[in-house]
Amino acid sequence: MRAAKALSYPAFGVGEPAAEPGIRAERIEKRLGGNDVLRGVELIVRPGEILSILGSSGSGKSTLLRCLNLLTIPDRGDIWVHGEKLAIRAASQHGGPAGILDHRQVRRVRASMGMVFQNFNLWPHKTALENVTEGPVLVKGIRRGAAAELGRHYLAKVGLSDKADAYPRHLSGGQQQRVAIARALAMEPQVLLFDEPTSALDPELVGEVLRVMAALAGEGRTMVIVTHELAFAREVSTRAAFMHGGLIEEESPPQEFFSSPVSGRLRGFLASHR
Amino acid sequence: MDGFVVQFVNGLKTTVLLALVSGALGMALGLLAAAGRLSRWRAVSAAVGFYTTIIRGVPELIIILLIYFGGTVAISAFFGRYVEVNAFLAGVVSLTVVFGAYTAEIFRGAVLSIPAGQIEAARSLGLHPWQTWLLVILPQMLRIALPALANQWISLVKETSLISIVGLTDIMRVAAIGAGSLRAPLTFYLAASALYLALTSLALVIFNLLERRFAVPGR
Repeated sequence: MRAAKALSYPAFGVGEPAAEPGIRAERIEKRLGGNDVLRGVELIVRPGEILSILGSSGSGKSTLLRCLNLLTIPDRGDIWVHGEKLAIRAASQHGGPAGILDHRQVRRVRASMGMVFQNFNLWPHKTALENVTEGPVLVKGIRRGAAAELGRHYLAKVGLSDKADAYPRHLSGGQQQRVAIARALAMEPQVLLFDEPTSALDPELVGEVLRVMAALAGEGRTMVIVTHELAFAREVSTRAAFMHGGLIEEESPPQEFFSSPVSGRLRGFLASHR
Repeated sequence: MDGFVVQFVNGLKTTVLLALVSGALGMALGLLAAAGRLSRWRAVSAAVGFYTTIIRGVPELIIILLIYFGGTVAISAFFGRYVEVNAFLAGVVSLTVVFGAYTAEIFRGAVLSIPAGQIEAARSLGLHPWQTWLLVILPQMLRIALPALANQWISLVKETSLISIVGLTDIMRVAAIGAGSLRAPLTFYLAASALYLALTSLALVIFNLLERRFAVPGR
């Protein structure tokens, strides 16, 4: 069965990296709405790493993040997650869209990567606890009772024990985003993806979300964070990357990245965000 | 007059049964059609679009006559002798087809009004598409669709009266017969109006309860 599958994708398993943990993306290209949003990006995320991706809006950083769990399917390029190559069909020259070849694989990979969105994306007709427990119940087949316990544990972790039965509408933006983080955590993922998690929040609510994220970073989790919070990125990440025009222009440990940037564009970006 | 009370009761039963059966089938058809309309496959989407556009653009009365007489022709040809289509069956088929076309558009609009991010959140957790439908899309879509569905059900109850044209003994036909034979049109048509009004009011009450049941908590 496995052999048959490998045969149908000639590139799979031939001279590819052995089951390496983490994420590797190679030559990722994506065209959206007539713009080349990603133009051959290379990205590696190693286990335990906290990678911040910075850049102006339109630089492609959110699109790159969404490509990692295939919420956006790259037109070209390869992605390995935990050493497993994702089976995707490249877009055709004639405008045929890129596609997912192995939906089961993609669901499994998505379940292993928690994602936190800019607009929280909680389900309004479910309580905070239900938002957190539906994933474990439906995807992992955990019984409702055990899932509720799990859900309460992670709600406590984001400081919302008392809001388990509240509906999203009754929660502030910061609380909603913390529920969304608990929802991602309850899947006990190997990687956490954050897509501008504080950009939709009122300034006074940003801190509570960043504190939760910093605590997670302190646990040695693997995290990829697309953000505009430079101070946070500098403090928390183990590596920072700067995107411009659909490519990663510069990446380095946060000390060098923020103190002695090489590219003129990054210098300009940092100066304008000071 | 006394004999007509029994007839009205029977007509009422027929009308209610016709509305319930074609309403239930029509909503199922509408759900399927909405899913087809939203499908990635353009041929499916176009075919469903053709169906809803044609059906909504032709008077119901003509659709009923076409299905009744067309059905009779088709079935007679199949059996090689004249077979008349059952009026109730013709009613169910035509009202289902009509109801399906209208509810398809209602459901489609309701699905489109659900923020894409909520569906992405489900996908990002690894949910199967049908789990996403059951968990995220269906419950919210029904809530959004309920007011429009209530209108559609009320129309359906009233449209059942059109089936009397092909001989179905529903409220409308009983009233028409009574009006003619006893020469008391006003009495009979007022009685029929009262019955239809009772049915549509009942439908409204039920939909109000449903709307309360499916309301978004906390609004």
